[in-house]
Amino acid sequence: MGEIKERLISIVGADAVSAEPEELWFYARDPGVLEAHFPDFVVAPRTTEEVQKIVQLANEYKIPLVPMGNGMALTGLVIPLRGGIVLDMKRMNRILEVNEKGRYVVVEGGTSQGVLKAYLDDHYPHLRHSLPDAPPTTTIAANVALHGQGRLTQQYGFNSDMVTGLEVVLPTGEICLIGSPSLGPYWFSKGPALPDLSGLFLGWLGTTGIITKVGLRLYPNKRIRDVEIFVTDRPELIPDILFDLTHLEMLEDITVWFQPKPLMFLGNYHITVFFTGDTEEEVTWKKRMIWDTLETYMKTKDGGFMNVDPMKSQLIQMPQRGVAEFADVPRGGGFEYSGPIVPIEHYPKYAAKVLELAEKYDVLYASAARLISGGHAMMFSISFAFNRNDAGMMKRVKEALEEATNFALEMGGIPWKPNFVEQKMILKQMHPETKKLLMAVKKLLDPNGIMNPGNWEEN
Amino acid sequence: MYRLNHDEGLCANCLAVACLMKCQYMKFGDNKEAHEEMLRLINGEDTRILQECQTCYACEEYCPYGNHPYYLICERREAKGIYTAPRPITKQWINMTQMQGKYMVGEVKERAISLCYIPTLGPLAQGEIFAGLSSSVVFGAEFMCPAVHTHFAKMSVVKERLPKVVENIVKLGVKEIICLHDECYGTFTSIAKAYGIEVPFTPIYYMDYLLERLRDLRDKIRPLHLKAAYQRPCSNRLIPDKNRLVKEILDFIGVELVSRTYEGENALCCGEVIRSISGYRLADDIQERNLSDMVQAGAEYCVFNCPACMTVLSEKAKKKGLKPVHIVELCQMAIGEKGVG
Repeated sequence: MGEIKERLISIVGADAVSAEPEELWFYARDPGVLEAHFPDFVVAPRTTEEVQKIVQLANEYKIPLVPMGNGMALTGLVIPLRGGIVLDMKRMNRILEVNEKGRYVVVEGGTSQGVLKAYLDDHYPHLRHSLPDAPPTTTIAANVALHGQGRLTQQYGFNSDMVTGLEVVLPTGEICLIGSPSLGPYWFSKGPALPDLSGLFLGWLGTTGIITKVGLRLYPNKRIRDVEIFVTDRPELIPDILFDLTHLEMLEDITVWFQPKPLMFLGNYHITVFFTGDTEEEVTWKKRMIWDTLETYMKTKDGGFMNVDPMKSQLIQMPQRGVAEFADVPRGGGFEYSGPIVPIEHYPKYAAKVLELAEKYDVLYASAARLISGGHAMMFSISFAFNRNDAGMMKRVKEALEEATNFALEMGGIPWKPNFVEQKMILKQMHPETKKLLMAVKKLLDPNGIMNPGNWEEN
Repeated sequence: MYRLNHDEGLCANCLAVACLMKCQYMKFGDNKEAHEEMLRLINGEDTRILQECQTCYACEEYCPYGNHPYYLICERREAKGIYTAPRPITKQWINMTQMQGKYMVGEVKERAISLCYIPTLGPLAQGEIFAGLSSSVVFGAEFMCPAVHTHFAKMSVVKERLPKVVENIVKLGVKEIICLHDECYGTFTSIAKAYGIEVPFTPIYYMDYLLERLRDLRDKIRPLHLKAAYQRPCSNRLIPDKNRLVKEILDFIGVELVSRTYEGENALCCGEVIRSISGYRLADDIQERNLSDMVQAGAEYCVFNCPACMTVLSEKAKKKGLKPVHIVELCQMAIGEKGVG
């Protein structure tokens, strides 16, 4: 081990390598329910070439390598299940290029959401990216690698759909450009009109390579953002309401949520609709279109718009701080959710399942679903906050999440950023030929099985 | 359960039907038509009043006999299971204002200030005007006037909660309570009386208190020389005799209350509850007419009494070039505690 450490130091310098237990402690866990596993080393490279050398070293010693952004996936995706090297990418945080007219940006693999947002706000205030509601320290590369979503997902799809090119260090050490940058200097397409090789790295949770650069689409940043919240107590109406809203084709983001606390939210289902405009007239017109669209439900008294004026400033925050506040309601810093991607018509069944699980396992729940691609699907989150110091509560949350994943699979949903246990459940249900292909691709790219081992494995 | 003291005979024999004929939202061809609708209401029959009332409270002021036509409409609606606003919004208000033991009680004396359940009232109750009383405050659902539920025709909630609110105040040994929320005073003096709910302490309308303190602080007052329009809240219809205080206070601090179309009995509410009940068209129309009227009357400031109106209308007022201000803040400006502007 001492020899590996020396070799790592020779690659990145002594200040970027640690095997100290107090530092490894942090890299052994995340805020979710999975058990901690200590890595042997933590390394923080600064360049693609350093990453390449570390990968070559890992292959030489057949030692596991876990690429890590900010480690906030909550489902243990960067917990080093078999030890080895955690590759902390946060020092690779430069914004390399903004193509204003082409509306894309190229960033290094450890660049955080907050850094990009701040940069755009300062230098290109008329452009924005699809910011997730995660802490701003989470990274862009990790987000697209796990098919994350953001504020523009309702309009433009998963954040991974917004990738315009990749630079990847393959598990065997080669540096590979994906998409238009493989042909020339422009980062405008991750695939089309070529075979789309980005699919070899997006959704694989770091098991097929290390993303060292990402090209990402940017979108118009309108001057004014506004919000309305439509409330109903009949979850069976929600698929129709969402269908009506998405028919408008002009809304920025739509989320559906319910939670028992604070008490004002108990028993109702809330549909938050964000919309934007460059002028007051544009925003007012859109607001009226939204109201007109849902007028039927108001007339039957089944739904109505709540007054958002007192909370508007909080609602239009990006990212929203309220999410983090809910995450620590029981105190003790534990928070995890199951967030399957599901057909919208199943919303009422998922909503009922949340209430059933909360009662059965006696846990504090919240659910927030986000529409994807204009209403083709939704991410339905079943969130549980817990006290990490309460073993009983953690166990109940773990069981509830497992049951939630089982339910999602039974209903034809796709678990999102599944933990290693859920990945096995997915593989068990997957069509055998699909699974065979998936395993063959993984083996082809990572013959030594060094990349984030324990993930996307059957056994 | 408490019952509404309503003299049906009085309404049956009232051919003026001012409560309906003056209504800003329901239109009747003549007194006879309005009277017939009123009779249907009294008899518990279906009437367009039950569908069209926007819950602006104004008929409580229009009735010259103090016979509580608004509370009667609310009672009849609830008896028939009629929702004014959508059901989930009604539910939300009931849940949001439930007593959960999360109240705040300061160093309460025999004279205390009620902040109702409105956090923005806290910062107002500061400075020399409230000297000696700033810490003698109560806040929370436990002290909240439940009149808001009349908007949702949930008189059962009002009747259930109001006696508890009264009891909670009495338990503190309070003899006099200064109601910083207009609606609290209206609830203690109008709704409680209408339902025979005993209020064993003296509610003090905060504008009475303001005027008294301004007289005490006369030497510190520097006339503001401003022109202002007043946004009269719905709850003020429950206590119409107190409306005069706005002008008296503004006169005292050198603020000219501009004369406008929508003042006094013709005042327009903030429109936000109407947005829930009837949608944006009517609400936007009310707000636009109201604020434009203030501008046309030459007002520089839009003076608020109710913090809910202030939340709803402030941004819209600013966009019209008006400066939103609470009447307490204006008084604080006049004695030099707050900057003008």
